[in-house]
Amino acid sequence: MNERAEFVMPSLGADMESGAVAEWLVKPGDRVRKGDVIAVIDTDKATIEVESFHTGTVESLLVGTGRRVPVGTALAVIVGIPPAAEPVSPEPAPAQPLRKRARPRRPTPARLPAPGAPHVPSPVASPLVRHLAEQRGVDIARVRGTGPQGRVTRADVEHVEPSPQAKVSPQAKVSPLARRLAAQFGVDLADVHGTGRAGAIRAQDVREAAERGAGPRPPEAVEEATRPPAEQAEARAVPEADLERRREAMRQAIARAMARSKREIPHYYLSATVDLTGALAWLRERNRDLPVSRRLLPAALLLKAAARAAAEVPRLNGFWIDDAFVPGKAVHLGVAISLKGGGLIAPALHDAARLAIEDLMAALKDLVSRARTGRLRGAEMTEATITVTNLGDQGVEAVHGVIYPPQVALVGFGKILDRPWAVDGLLGVRPLVTVTLAADHRATDGYTGGRFLGIVDRLLNQPETL
Amino acid sequence: MTPQQARELVTSALSQVAPDTDPAALPQDADIRDALELDSLDFLTYVQTLSESSGCRIEEDDYPAFATIAGGADFLAVHAT
Repeated sequence: MNERAEFVMPSLGADMESGAVAEWLVKPGDRVRKGDVIAVIDTDKATIEVESFHTGTVESLLVGTGRRVPVGTALAVIVGIPPAAEPVSPEPAPAQPLRKRARPRRPTPARLPAPGAPHVPSPVASPLVRHLAEQRGVDIARVRGTGPQGRVTRADVEHVEPSPQAKVSPQAKVSPLARRLAAQFGVDLADVHGTGRAGAIRAQDVREAAERGAGPRPPEAVEEATRPPAEQAEARAVPEADLERRREAMRQAIARAMARSKREIPHYYLSATVDLTGALAWLRERNRDLPVSRRLLPAALLLKAAARAAAEVPRLNGFWIDDAFVPGKAVHLGVAISLKGGGLIAPALHDAARLAIEDLMAALKDLVSRARTGRLRGAEMTEATITVTNLGDQGVEAVHGVIYPPQVALVGFGKILDRPWAVDGLLGVRPLVTVTLAADHRATDGYTGGRFLGIVDRLLNQPETL
Repeated sequence: MTPQQARELVTSALSQVAPDTDPAALPQDADIRDALELDSLDFLTYVQTLSESSGCRIEEDDYPAFATIAGGADFLAVHAT
């Protein structure tokens, strides 16, 4: 029996109240699988790719692009048979009015930030790769996968000759400023020639395109709701999102989350100084052997140590929900990233405790670059189980952070500084870092927090084990 | 590599790392990390881009030379072929 499900505006973080669909990646009639990226959502803070929680066929799109709607608003209807693994009520759904299913029994991960982070069944190709294949007009079923277990990788898709009629609109990166300008000027980004790296579209490119009159549509034409879906799927511009307004909205979002944190969470703070002599020497040696493109930063070691310590002290890794602690299923390490235009975002490095250090470094680079210029995934916005902030680049010695609710701990790293330090009764000059922990006293006591910092110290003194 | 070529590589690498700025307008001896608000990840990307475009591997020990546009260009003019 067919099941109708609504795809609703997800809550991509405790501070999100509304969002707008920036781009639909599906149209009515398309088949989608649970875990496929089906829409790009613009929140106050970022542009985020959002996955479907259902498998089936898209029946209709209910909200056009660019319209800001509250969290929970139905955006699309998906009809299909739910995956067997999903506990769905046996009621005959088609007879039910749509609204009845608007509140899923099983809280979607988006609604309840994180504990049930979307479990994407391991597909033969990731949603992004499938999306890429679609864009290039490549039939993914006919691509031979070279990844683990025959997974189709991005490279596999890129190596296939696209069919001639395929619409090749490569997902060029667009800087957030460029995106906003495009919306302002009514420039269609598909017509803009990017001059940044890998064809990235920069603000200047948009300005030039606007002057040349590329896509000389009046701004109101960008209000997508009236366009046919196929055309909607191509438009990437974010309507109405004027720079100043967006900056203000982001400020408000941060204000709400941080005020809630300080109102509800009884923070306690601990700090420790860690000698990084061994860690930095190890890093130097390592970097001499690595290609420049895989070079490691001290930040990778610090993040890895924090993730491993969180795995060893599970009481600090998870959420405080309804007066109880809910442990995280793995360590998804939130990384506070400052955005160039101002503001802050803290997406997660998935399963960071288990990533090899080189892989963690690569994932960090990818995450930061997508946070600043490209796109984040819905799961990355909701699944962080503990967050790290690293203000070392700005010369800050120590940061006493504010916990991002509903998480229960925040780890801070300051700048690595050469300081006098006694070792074996002798004074020497050593590179030191101050590690801090802000933790929720409802969930843990200082003893647990102290153990955490002790483990970070121990791990950083055994860098080869990271 | 001529000083002119080296300078072009440096400014082009910088404009990739900081797309919404105009590195060509910067004083040659300004600290690029401060002037363009580069963090350590941006700086690594800058060095990586230069290593690739010049074909000259830049070691971590060489980083001090790359603090300014002039320093980076001089280094490449000498070391890159």
